[in-house]
Amino acid sequence: MLKINNLQARVEAAEILKGIDLEVKAGEVHAIMGPNGSGKSTLCQVLGGRDGYEVTGGTVEYMGKDLFELEPEERAREGILLGFQYPVEIPGVKNIYLLKEAYNAQRKHRGEPEADTFQFLKLVREKLKTMQMDESFLHRAVNVGFSGGEKKRNEILQMLVLEPKLALLDETDSGLDIDALKVVSEGVNRLRSPDRAIVLVTHYQRLLSHIEPDFVHVLSGGRIIKSGDKTLAHELERNGYQGIIEEAA
Amino acid sequence: MSANTLSQHYADQLQQLQDGLPGAIPEWLAGRRHGAAARFSEAGFPDPRQEEWKYTNVRPIASKPFVAAATHAPVAEETLRAMSFEGLDAYRMVFVDGRLRAEFSDLEDLPGGVTVQGLADALASDPDPLEPLLGTLAHDRFSSFAAANMAFLTDGAVIRLGKGVRLERPLHLLMVGSAGDPATWSHPRVLIQAGEGSEATVIEHYADLEGANGFTNTVTELRAETGAQLRHYLLQDHADSAYHVGSVFIQQRRDSRVTSHNVNLGGRLVRHDLNVDLTEPGAEIDLNGLFLVGGRQHVDTHTRVHHASPHTTSREQYRGIGQGHGRGVFKGRVLVERGAQKTDAQQHSANLLLSPNAEIDTKPELEIYADDVKCAHGATVGQLDETSMYYLRSRGIDAEAARGMLVFAFADEVLERMDLAAVRTNIERRLAARLPEAGAIDVIG
Repeated sequence: MLKINNLQARVEAAEILKGIDLEVKAGEVHAIMGPNGSGKSTLCQVLGGRDGYEVTGGTVEYMGKDLFELEPEERAREGILLGFQYPVEIPGVKNIYLLKEAYNAQRKHRGEPEADTFQFLKLVREKLKTMQMDESFLHRAVNVGFSGGEKKRNEILQMLVLEPKLALLDETDSGLDIDALKVVSEGVNRLRSPDRAIVLVTHYQRLLSHIEPDFVHVLSGGRIIKSGDKTLAHELERNGYQGIIEEAA
Repeated sequence: MSANTLSQHYADQLQQLQDGLPGAIPEWLAGRRHGAAARFSEAGFPDPRQEEWKYTNVRPIASKPFVAAATHAPVAEETLRAMSFEGLDAYRMVFVDGRLRAEFSDLEDLPGGVTVQGLADALASDPDPLEPLLGTLAHDRFSSFAAANMAFLTDGAVIRLGKGVRLERPLHLLMVGSAGDPATWSHPRVLIQAGEGSEATVIEHYADLEGANGFTNTVTELRAETGAQLRHYLLQDHADSAYHVGSVFIQQRRDSRVTSHNVNLGGRLVRHDLNVDLTEPGAEIDLNGLFLVGGRQHVDTHTRVHHASPHTTSREQYRGIGQGHGRGVFKGRVLVERGAQKTDAQQHSANLLLSPNAEIDTKPELEIYADDVKCAHGATVGQLDETSMYYLRSRGIDAEAARGMLVFAFADEVLERMDLAAVRTNIERRLAARLPEAGAIDVIG
C-alpha cells in the first residue's frame, strides 16, 4: 500500500529525514517510535503534503501512485488520513459541516452520490457513540474550546466517518488520560481490517498495549535504525531509546 | 473658510432651499434647517486633512452635481420583492430616493402604543411632537453631512414606542435608490423613540435599483429610555456605483439595551458614523459590524462610544474583508468619563485580506479617565490561516472550498449574532455572491 524508499526531507535549512525506508501492506499496523526530534512528525507532514516540508530525495509510492504528485486533498480522497498531533481549531466552521464536506468530497471522488443530511447524521451518531462523544460536539466549531483529549477523540471520529485506507496517527496518544486513551484506542481498533493499514507514530509504549502493532520501527536522527515485532516496544520500555541508538551506532 | 468650499452647484441649491422653505413649517424647524444650511454652506464637504476624514476622501461625492430626485420614480413591485428578506414576517415601509411610498408599505395591525409614520406626513400633520426628537441628537456641527441632511430634509421614518410596548414583528425600512441622469441625492432621516421598557427591532436597509448612481445621506436618531430594548439593523447593500454616508446617533438611559448590526456589502464610497451615548447606569450596547470591500470600493466606519455614566457596558465586534482593490477603514473610539467607574468596554476588530491589492486600516482609540474600569481592545489585519487551510485540505476538501469555508466562517461569526434568522440567511447569500475571491461558498442556514 505504502512504499517509502530512501526518503529525505528538510524543513527550512535543517535536514530532518535522512533516508527512510518503510513498506506498509494492507492489514498491517506499524508503530514508529523515537525520541523527540528524531523526525517522526516531519515524516507525517511530508506524507500529508504540508507546505514548507521539502522532499530532497527518495520516493513514496501509495497504491501504485507517486504520492508527491498528489495535493493534500487528493491524498485524503485517495484514502490517506493524517491524525494531527495538534488538531487545528477552526472558529466558525461547525464540526458537522467539516465532516459532511469531507465525507462527500470522498464520495464524489469515487463517483458515488453525496449523502443527504439525514443519512449522514445517522452514520455520524453511530460513530459518536463509539468515541463516547456527545452529539453537541457536532454543532461546535471544529476543535474550538475542546480539551486536549476531546481534540484527539475528534480526530478519531473523523477517521471513523471517513474510513481511510491508510490512517497515519501522529502522537495521537499524547495528552490523553487513561480513560481517553482507552476510548481513542478502541476507535482505532475498530478501523483495523484486512484492507486497511494503520501507522502509529508515538513516543511512548503505552499506546501499543491498547493497539497491538504488527511491526515496530525505531526512528532516530532521521533514519529507521531498528525494526522488529511488538517485543521491540517492550525492549524500548525497559531500556529506553539510548540503548538501541548506541547499539545501532 | 473651509479648504473644501462648496461648488457653485451646491451653493445654488442651498440658496434655493433657503428662499423656498415653506412658511407653514413651525418656527423651531425653520430655525434648525436654516442653521443647518448655514453650517453646510460654511463648512463645505470634509477634507482629508481633517483627522476624522483622514482615510476617506469624499471628493467623488463633492465633485458630482447631485440633484434632488424626482418625486415619483417608477418602481416595479417585483423589483422590491427581490430586495426584501425572504421568510421575514415584518412591517414594512418602502422609500424610493428618500421618499416614502405608501403603496408598497405595510403597517397594518400595529399594536396600540406604537406610532410608525413617514416623516413628511408627520411634519405636515402634527410637527410639534417631533421638536424634542428631530435634530436633537444629531448636531449640525457633527459633520457637514449631518448638516446637509437637516438642511435638505425631505422624508424619513418616525417610530415611537410607548411605555412597555413590545413590537413583536420587526419593522423593515427598505430604502431604495434609483438610477438618475443627472445622479440624485437623498437625505432620509430615521427617528426612533423607544419609551420606557419598550422593545422592538428596526431594520434600516439600503438597496438600489439597477444602475443606481446616487448619493444617500442618512441620519438616524435613536433614543432608548429606561429599560428599553432595541435591535437596530443597518444593512447597506447598494449598487457598486452608489454613494452612502450614514450618521447614527444613539442615546441610552438607565438599563436600556441596544444591539446594533451594521453590515456593509455594496457601495462605491461609503462612510458610517455610529455614535453611542450611554448616559445612565446599566445602559448596554452591542455593536456588531461586518464590511466587505472589493473592486474599487471604499468603506469607512467610525464608532464612538461614550461611557458617560458608571456601570455602563459596550461590546464591539467589527470584522472586515478586503478583496480586489478594496479599501476598508475601521476606527473605534471609546471614551470613559472620569466618573464612569465600573465601565466594561470591549472592542475587537479583525480583518482579512484576500488580495495583495486590498487594504484595511483599523485603529482603536481608547480614552479612559476613570480608574476602576474593565476595558480591552484588539485589532488584527491578516490573511487566511495556512494551518487551517492545510487541516481542511488534509480532510479531502479542495483548496477553493476550504478557502470559501474559512472566509465565510470569518464573516459568519459576526452574522450569527443576528437574532433574525431570515435576515441572516439572506445576508449570508448576498455576502457569498459578493465573494468571488473566496472560492466556493456553500451557504448553510
